[in-house]
Amino acid sequence: MTAPVDETLLRAIVPTVIGVLGRRGADFAAAEDAVQEALVEAVRVWPDDPPRDPQNWLVTVAWRKFLDATRAESSRRQRELRVEAEPEPGPAEARDDSLRLYFLCAHPSLTPASAVALTLRAIGGLTTRQIAQAYLVPEATMAQRISRAKRTVSGVRFDRPGDIGTVLRVLYLVFNEGYSGDVDLAAEAIRLTRQLAAVSDHPEVSGLLALMLLHHARRPARTGPDGALVPLAEQDRGAWDIRLIAEGVDVLQAALARDRLGEFQAQAAIAALHADARTADETDWVQIVEWYDELVRLTGSPIARLNRAVAVGEADGARAGLAALAELDPSLPRFTAVAAYLHEKDGDAATAARLYADAARAAPDLRERDHLTRQAARLNARPGG
Amino acid sequence: MAKYLLLKHYRGAPAAVNDVPMEKWTPEEISAHVQYMQDFATRLEGTGEFVDGQALAPEGTWVRSDGEGRPPVTDGPFAETKDLIAGWMVIDVDSHERAVELAGELSAAPGASGKPIHEWLELRPFLTAPPTITE
Repeated sequence: MTAPVDETLLRAIVPTVIGVLGRRGADFAAAEDAVQEALVEAVRVWPDDPPRDPQNWLVTVAWRKFLDATRAESSRRQRELRVEAEPEPGPAEARDDSLRLYFLCAHPSLTPASAVALTLRAIGGLTTRQIAQAYLVPEATMAQRISRAKRTVSGVRFDRPGDIGTVLRVLYLVFNEGYSGDVDLAAEAIRLTRQLAAVSDHPEVSGLLALMLLHHARRPARTGPDGALVPLAEQDRGAWDIRLIAEGVDVLQAALARDRLGEFQAQAAIAALHADARTADETDWVQIVEWYDELVRLTGSPIARLNRAVAVGEADGARAGLAALAELDPSLPRFTAVAAYLHEKDGDAATAARLYADAARAAPDLRERDHLTRQAARLNARPGG
Repeated sequence: MAKYLLLKHYRGAPAAVNDVPMEKWTPEEISAHVQYMQDFATRLEGTGEFVDGQALAPEGTWVRSDGEGRPPVTDGPFAETKDLIAGWMVIDVDSHERAVELAGELSAAPGASGKPIHEWLELRPFLTAPPTITE
């Protein structure tokens, strides 16, 4: 009898197993390599011979791989003796190990791309090939990126907890990358953020999880059958995943109740207000503007100010939106697209058409460019347009 | 990370500083040039920034459909075509600054007399997939 290996279950154990090897004295880079090898063996062996205790199996095999790799026979015997004398870590220790691993993989000494790759491998348990496919680079390139990242953090010691903000930014990047290869990075980011929420009670972890759930809920409605981008106002709200929305709102409310507001909670609150409207017209734009004010206060981000201008345009009319826009730097990404939208709302179709065409030329992604080009074409095709 | 295309032109780019056509280099100078390009690609693989690199033959053919059931029409090559792509490299880097830095290095590949060519390379960003979170 062969049964397919439950890869999600398998990958969920990875951080714990790396933690156990670390407690036994393996350094991070070697432990991570050994666990990857054990994963490959698990996928090969388990269909015919499923283990009774998957975690113990992985620990045993990964430890053997680690010892094989270190080779030195004498130190091997010493280590084996030590292992027999040492109890397995309890739940609290496993939790600490897991949290430490998140901090290590998002260490500030790493570039964002390296932190993302290392997180997906050491915590996500993805293979280098899967990560390379997801980011559309050759496997050899991704392998180098990961091994450089491991070298960079090899000397890091954890006497103090790291900054949860760096971890959250890495997970946010993974989520925002979406799904281009055979690995669904958005779903993977949600899984890793859930796992983090189980070991950290920081309200911003909940804020990010809520933000992801609320956006993931809209995914089926974000693209039309032809793959074209469907803007929020035109989405079929019946296609939104109400189960994910309900969960996102619950997670967010519990976080907000703790009264330690952060940028991800504020962003999730905005997403929740959109999710709450049965039609686009019922959107509570006044409250959304208030949340953007919070977001601007928390981050000072020019992107938040730009999005705020759109919300002001909806809440107080196009003129108010254009006035808010006039205070911003026109070189911001998507500034021209926002200006086009507000001018159309203001009744100036000719200016809007010209700005949509300008925005399309500057768009950084293909589907957005097509969408903006269609907007310009729609306005140009109008009688007298 | 963002992907960029580094385009090398046979012609169509502004003149290089060390502007001697390759057929007038010595064989050693050509070897040194090729080696430089290979080393550059190998180094970028090592830094986790290499995606692809290809060279193109100078001569190509223009093709267009001639309607259903008919073979495509072909034409060319056209000697008067101003722009001619020689090859490309695709890199995946953390910033636009890094892309410019690498293109600068590639432009300094050795040419005649072993001196850097300082040729113009065209740097074009890839259009990406849209981000999940937009508002």
